[in-house]
Amino acid sequence: MPYIPRQLRYTQEHEWVSLEEDGMATIGISDFAQGELGDIVFVELPQEGDKLVQMESFGSIEAVKTVSDLFAPVSGDVVAVNHQLVDAPMLINDSPYDDGWLVKVRLHDPRELERLLTAEQYGEQIGQSD
Amino acid sequence: MQLGARMVDFAGWSMPLQYDGLIKEHERVRSAAGLFDVSHMGELFFHGSGALATLDNLATNDVGALTDGQVLYTPLCNDAGGVRDDVLVYRMDAAHFMMVTNAANTAKILAWSRQHLQPGTQLEDGSEDVALLALQGPRSSEILRRSRLLAPWAQRVGGLAYYHFVPGAEDVLCVSRTGYTGEAGYEIYVRPRLAGDLWDDLCTQGRDLGLGPAGLGARDTLRFEVGFCLYGNELTEDASPLETGLSWTVKMNKPRFIGREALALHRQQGVPRQLIGFEMEDRVIARHGFEVTADGRAAGVVTSGTFAPTLGRSLGLALVQRADAAARLHVVVRGRDVPARRVALPFRASLANT
Repeated sequence: MPYIPRQLRYTQEHEWVSLEEDGMATIGISDFAQGELGDIVFVELPQEGDKLVQMESFGSIEAVKTVSDLFAPVSGDVVAVNHQLVDAPMLINDSPYDDGWLVKVRLHDPRELERLLTAEQYGEQIGQSD
Repeated sequence: MQLGARMVDFAGWSMPLQYDGLIKEHERVRSAAGLFDVSHMGELFFHGSGALATLDNLATNDVGALTDGQVLYTPLCNDAGGVRDDVLVYRMDAAHFMMVTNAANTAKILAWSRQHLQPGTQLEDGSEDVALLALQGPRSSEILRRSRLLAPWAQRVGGLAYYHFVPGAEDVLCVSRTGYTGEAGYEIYVRPRLAGDLWDDLCTQGRDLGLGPAGLGARDTLRFEVGFCLYGNELTEDASPLETGLSWTVKMNKPRFIGREALALHRQQGVPRQLIGFEMEDRVIARHGFEVTADGRAAGVVTSGTFAPTLGRSLGLALVQRADAAARLHVVVRGRDVPARRVALPFRASLANT
């Protein structure tokens, strides 16, 4: 069963976002998504200073069998990018919620989080109930 | 499903795409051994005094050159020289042959063969009554020798030359030294009722040698690295074997076979397109169907592209206009022109030690 941390919010496209105290947020993809993609070999990410717009594409993930666009769960300025993923993209497979995080952003509008799915709603979407 | 395989619908069959990770399964086959369930492949049986003539007319390669116990790889062409399917032909004896087709093409080839039966030929579709396991990798012969169910044949199978087979008995049809991975290995044709037991037998005997299951995903990356064409990707009704690196399978010294006139013309005038290999110069994958450009002009299309696990590179195959084959090529990836460097085929031979 894919792991769905309760404290995170999710998009229907399988990204998660974690709200931190200082108006910052970390973004990644869910355990379910990494499992569906299979072995990840390349990740295309924005650079520090780029702006994300909620629900717009901000990069892509290439697995051996398929490629998938990344959609921004929230709008914000990119303040950090997980550069480890350049040489070790499989970190996303191994640790989607920790070492495999993608970018950190300074939120434009924290209220955008209300439009995202809760862990429970996301679990229902992927056909998994508690 | 008991192994936690991710299944996929393929030509009406529910097939294992992967068991415990495509790259892991790929590496397992290269370094030890992997076991594939490829029972979806079609098996057509040609019997009778006309069987050889029928097959030799369908095939571009020389079925007449086969001896008993030998296997032949051959395209089957349409009248225009495009490929209807690429198959294996097994010669049991002068009047008994088995043709192994791609699952998606079995019904088409069955109908095509019926249309072209020579007098004295009986054709039977055995696809539902034959299961196929492929044991592939450097440890495969050691594992096969340990198999309890294949013990009666193990001795003879051990000495098999590439593209030869040993006929079986009862629920074992035959064991051939063939495969689609570029590694040493065997394909084992059995009755479906034996397939589960044989799978378990081989897995048990091979576990300590590193044997594990492998799915269709790994099968694709393995064949890709060693330059084997895939039907539906490199091979289609619209591309000739002369364009896709299969000239060696087209025997123009045969007086007749379907597609011969078109292929003779191709050979005389030069083929319009050519299958080439390339490496992406950026960290993206060129996927099947992506456009290839030369100096900004459309030059062709990517037929297969993936991250090659053993070689650790993003590689691709493309069918491009022959005039552009030597030009500076780009692949259009999500609207962006990404440069691609030509690499000689097969990839493994040209990149293994670089």
